Order: sequence, then structure tokens, then C-alpha cells
Amino acid sequence: MSAPPRSARIADWKRRAFATPLDTALTIGVGLLLAWMAWVAIDWALVRAVFSAEDVALCQDDKAGACWSVIDARHRLILFGLYPFDEHWRSTSAAIAIIATVVLSCIPWFWSASRIATLWIIGFAAYYLLMEGSLIGLEQVTTDKWGGLSLVLFLFSSVVLLGMPMGLGLALMRRSRLPVLRLVATLLIDFIRSLPLLTTLFTAAVVLPILLPEWLQGDKIWRVIIAFALFFACYQAEVFRGGFQAIPNGQYEAGQALGLGKWQTLWLIVLPQVFRHALPATINMVVVTFKETAVVIIIGFFDLLASASAAFGTGEWVAYYMETYLFVAFIYWAFITSLGRYGEYLKDRLRQEEH
Amino acid sequence: MLGWRDFRRMTFREVGVQIGVVVLVIAIAVSAYFSARINLAELGITSGFNFLDRDTGWSYSFSLIERSIDDTYRRTLFIGFLNTVFVGLISIIFATVLGFLIGTMRDSENPGLKAISSVYVQIFRNIPLILQIVFLYSILIHFPGPKQAYSIADLVFMSNRGIVVPVLTIPLWSVVALVVMAVALGWGLLRSRLSAWTGILIWLGVVVAGFALAIATLVPEGSNVVSVPFLKGLRFREGLNLSVELVAMIIGIVLYSAAYIGEVVRGGLDEVPKGLVEAGKSLGLGRFAVWWTIKMPMALRSIVPPLGNQWIFTMKATTVGVAIGFSDLFYIVSTSITQSGQTLELIAILMGAFLLVNFIIAQLVTLLNSRLALKGYGS
Repeated sequence: MSAPPRSARIADWKRRAFATPLDTALTIGVGLLLAWMAWVAIDWALVRAVFSAEDVALCQDDKAGACWSVIDARHRLILFGLYPFDEHWRSTSAAIAIIATVVLSCIPWFWSASRIATLWIIGFAAYYLLMEGSLIGLEQVTTDKWGGLSLVLFLFSSVVLLGMPMGLGLALMRRSRLPVLRLVATLLIDFIRSLPLLTTLFTAAVVLPILLPEWLQGDKIWRVIIAFALFFACYQAEVFRGGFQAIPNGQYEAGQALGLGKWQTLWLIVLPQVFRHALPATINMVVVTFKETAVVIIIGFFDLLASASAAFGTGEWVAYYMETYLFVAFIYWAFITSLGRYGEYLKDRLRQEEH
Repeated sequence: MLGWRDFRRMTFREVGVQIGVVVLVIAIAVSAYFSARINLAELGITSGFNFLDRDTGWSYSFSLIERSIDDTYRRTLFIGFLNTVFVGLISIIFATVLGFLIGTMRDSENPGLKAISSVYVQIFRNIPLILQIVFLYSILIHFPGPKQAYSIADLVFMSNRGIVVPVLTIPLWSVVALVVMAVALGWGLLRSRLSAWTGILIWLGVVVAGFALAIATLVPEGSNVVSVPFLKGLRFREGLNLSVELVAMIIGIVLYSAAYIGEVVRGGLDEVPKGLVEAGKSLGLGRFAVWWTIKMPMALRSIVPPLGNQWIFTMKATTVGVAIGFSDLFYIVSTSITQSGQTLELIAILMGAFLLVNFIIAQLVTLLNSRLALKGYGS
């Protein structure tokens, strides 16, 4: 189905915009309101704003708008947290590796289980080797020094990377013909899904050390990542379950007729279709996960939000909390919106292909 | 699919796998039990729920009922639970109303309404909730002090201590009783065969009469019907003071959840077959009548299940209040853990409370769903 021509769309827009006097009033009123809001925002954030850290004195002026000097002066703290200053190039390249991985995942060529898994493992390994350093002969930086945007990207990518296979495993267990596996998966999924994410992460950070023998406790960050991945997996398992429900029985029978075994049928015939059906919902889950990583500040990680608070926490910058939060909000917003937009686009494309 | 009694139809390997899983689960539980015994003994903590009767000795930001630092852990935890349920319920109600408005606007034909509602959704849905709440909180605490407070007609005052609003002086229990009565009546009317407008009129009439009766009989002697706040010295007297934490929490959660509910509502309205809408129009129904009598009733059936999920999410979202020091259940539990060391018992209470709340909401949604189910569809 192709879109109607431009002139027809404009005519349709005009008809809807000015159908009744009330419509006309609403269209014009809201148009003016949005224009006014946009003008106030641009005037404050760009026209009257101070940008350079050296000009911070100008921010005191009554006519001054946003004081982006705080970002100019403190952006390294916000983006990299407590990571050693001289090693910031590593944090930057590591973050770029993860972002590149996410961007590459959007290309259809990578949409097979083996390709996408390879891509993510390489991206994640590159990130870890660069950030940690000791394995490739750089100065070692322990995880407690990781922070800011790099930490957010680390949490995000490790949760998705670990959670995806866990989610598939749980989904398969939940549809297994064996009652014990079904029961275990169902209980686990329903239990984790009824708890707030924060409770799950808090349990991993604070309660697990009591329940685990000392040799199994590991770093706090890994306990939290595994708990977060479990949380992701429980939701993702339901997404996969929806994908499985879209596969007609004939597909399994076709596999049998070809003489394929149970696992071969699953791997070669069923799963590729399940992934395809589950793709839009999966992207949605990935977006939500990125957003939810922001709660780790509460269990004591130095993520973007914490580094933002630290950035305006000292004397001269205290007044510019708003600029700092807006900067961080914009980072999150840009990531989430672009991923979300891509998801919508994909959904439309898949829907069109089906017809 | 095999049931519990079908093990004769399983292969030897399948039985082995299941026994393996059972053994693994038991092994994890046993190992956790012994590790906990060793670790707790090292920390010198006696497990059990006896600590619930001990005094806490610490204070926190918000409570609906009387509290002091001499309260027991039992009472303090209960207050935390009340706060969570209170903020959750208020947020759910406001977010649902705002969400339906946003969703309807997004579905509207008017480009203006469409534009402003999509800008709203794009902004509030795509920024983490915790960031929005912390941001809002910092703006509110940077308001001027009580002496320079912003005021609306000298009735409502906004300062860095929170927002003070006028309040009816009838006792709290009567307000609670009236609200419970209003909800029960609403439910009854929803189940009755009366038309929507008659129902709303009866409901409004009874509620107004109830409040009038309460005001006539229950206002304490020597005080006005409405207690209006005023500045005396450095703080406000009279009125109802809504703390900064509470305001930031409720506004933050409402704006965020409403964006999600708006999308749910839009999706539901979008699924209503075009033919039905056109049929309504050709019968000469106005735009509001089409929306109220055709689109909404049809759309509700696909809106309610995801709406229920969103309500549960909103309840769970109250936990991020800990970031600004709002004393919800999570805050109280984590403070109790630091103060008393009874980690396992307290986390069990926290989880139990959320399981309970989720269960109740899920039951309500199921009830609502069966009430809305279209006869002859599904089953």
C-alpha cells in the first residue's frame, strides 16, 4: 500500500484542522501555544545562554539564560564518573563500541541468532577489555571506578547480553512438556514480575551476601547485573512466548516430515520465526531496560544521575542544577527516542510485509 | 503437554532431567539456609520477627497517621505500607484520568490536539522516571522560603517547604468513610442497569449530600468549615501541608504513567473498526456521542488488560521515591535494615507486601474485564 500523494494529504490536513469553528480555534490556539513554548525554550537554552566555562561570571547577569558553563566545565565527570582522568579516552572508545554494537544490530544483515550473538559478544568484550585494561596491557581500572554514561552503557549491554539467552531458556522451559520445568519457570517468572525492579536489585546487592557462601558472592556489580538480567529475562520470556504462540503447528509437523529431530526443528524452523514475530516487542523491552538502568543510583552505583548530582554538588555550580539535569535527561531522551523510533519503523515494515 | 501423573509416558532421560531440577532447587535452598546461619551468626543477628515489637528510634519524612520516633518496627512498617498504597492509589487515579485524556487527544482528528499530546508523550515517556522525580524535587526545593512563597489568591501557598492548601475541618475518619462509600456506590451503579448519565447524577448527588451532612454535624466547635492557611512567623499555620517529597512523587509518577496510559488508550481507540464509527456518524451522532457511546465502550475491552499492567507498574514505581527521601515501604524497609540488621525478615515483608498489592490489583482487573466482556465474543 503506497501513501496518498502529498497534495491529497495536505487537503486532508486542512479539512481536519478547520472542520468546525472549534477545530479552527483549537488548531490555531495549540499552534500558538507550541510556538510560544518552543520560543521560550530556544530563547533560554540558546539565544541568551552562556556556553563557555570561562564566561561563568556572565551567568550571574539577570538577562542570562541557561548556564551551560557547568556542562563545559564538568562534562567529563558526568560522562565518565570517577574513571581516572588520563584514561578517559578508553572510556570514550568503550562507550563508542557499545553504541556501534547497538547501531549495527539495527541492520537486517545481522538478524540471525549466530550473527547477532557474535556482534554483541565482540562489542561487549571490546568494552570490557578497554575499560578494565589489565588484560590488554593497560593500567587496570576496577569496576568501582566506572561511572557516568559508560557505566550505564555497561549495565545496559551486559543485562541484554545475559538476559536474552536466559529469557529464551525460561520461555522454552515454560512451554516444555515436562511439568517440573514448567512449574519452576512459571513460578520464577511470575514472582520476579510482581516485584519492583528496585527490590530485585536491592536483594542482589544487600541480601544475597547473606544467602551465598563467601566464595560465590563475587563483586556487587556482577550480582546486580545478574539480578537485572534475570528481571529482563522474565519479561523477555513472555515476549518470546507471544512469538511462539504465533507459530502454527504445521511448522513443527513440517520439521518432523523432513526427518528433523525436536531440537533441529526448534533451531532451524521455529526459532527464526519466533524471533521475527517477537522483534518489535523485544526492541520495546530493550528500550525499557535502558531507561530502567537509571535506578541503580539507589543501590549505590555512580551512574549518570549520580554523576550529574556530583557535577553541580560543589560550591560554584550549585545554582545550575537545572542545566545539569536537562543535559542528562537529553542524553537519555536521545538514546531512548531513537531506539523507540526504530522499533516503530520496524513494526510498520513487518506489518506491511505480512500483507 | 504432560501432567504430574504422566511420568510413565516420559523417557528415562526426561525423568532424569526433572529429578535433576528438583535436586538443584533443593540444593540451592539448603545451601542458602546454611550460609545464612553461618553469616548471621558472624554478624551476631538472631533471626525471627521479634524485632517488630522493638522501638525504631528514627524519624522519616511522611506519614498519613500519627507517628513518633518511639514507634515499634511493626507500626513504622505499616506506615510505610500505607504511604506506598496512598501514593500509588492517588497516582493511579490521576494518571488514568490524564492518560485517557491524552490518549483521546492523540486519537483525535484535530491536528492541534494530536500535536500537543504527542509532544507530551514523547517527552515524558522517554526520560527515566527517577530522573524526572529527582529533577522535579530539585525545582521544588529551590522555591523561595515561606515568607516569599508564591500564592494563588492567598489560599494556596507554594514554598520550599511544600504546598499548603485549604482543607475541610471535618475529621479524617469521616473523609475516609465518605470516600469508601463513594467508591462502593460507584461500583454498585456501574453494575446496575441505569444509564451512565443517571448513574453519574445519582452518584454526585449522594456524595455532595454526604459531605454536606458531615460538614453540618462534624465540624469541631469554634473552627471554620474550611481551614485556610496563613503565614505566621516563619511557617504556615492551618491548612493542609503537602510536603515537597509527596508533591514531587505524585506529580512525577502521574506525568510518567499518564504518557504510558495515553498510549494504551490510543491503541485501544485505534482498534475500533472504522465502520462502527462511520455508522455512528451516519446516524447523526455528534463527535462526543460517537466517542462516548461507540468508540470508548468498544475500546475499553482492549484497553483494560494493559491498563491493569500499567496500574501494577505505577504501584511498583513508588519505590523510586527513596531517591528523594519519600518514606514509602521500600525506604522504610531499607532504613530498617541498616538500623536493625534483620535483612532477611524485612526483605520478606517487602516482597510479601508487593505480592499482595499486585494480587489485589490483578483480581480487580479480572473482575473489571469480565464485567466488560462482550457477550458472544471470546469466553
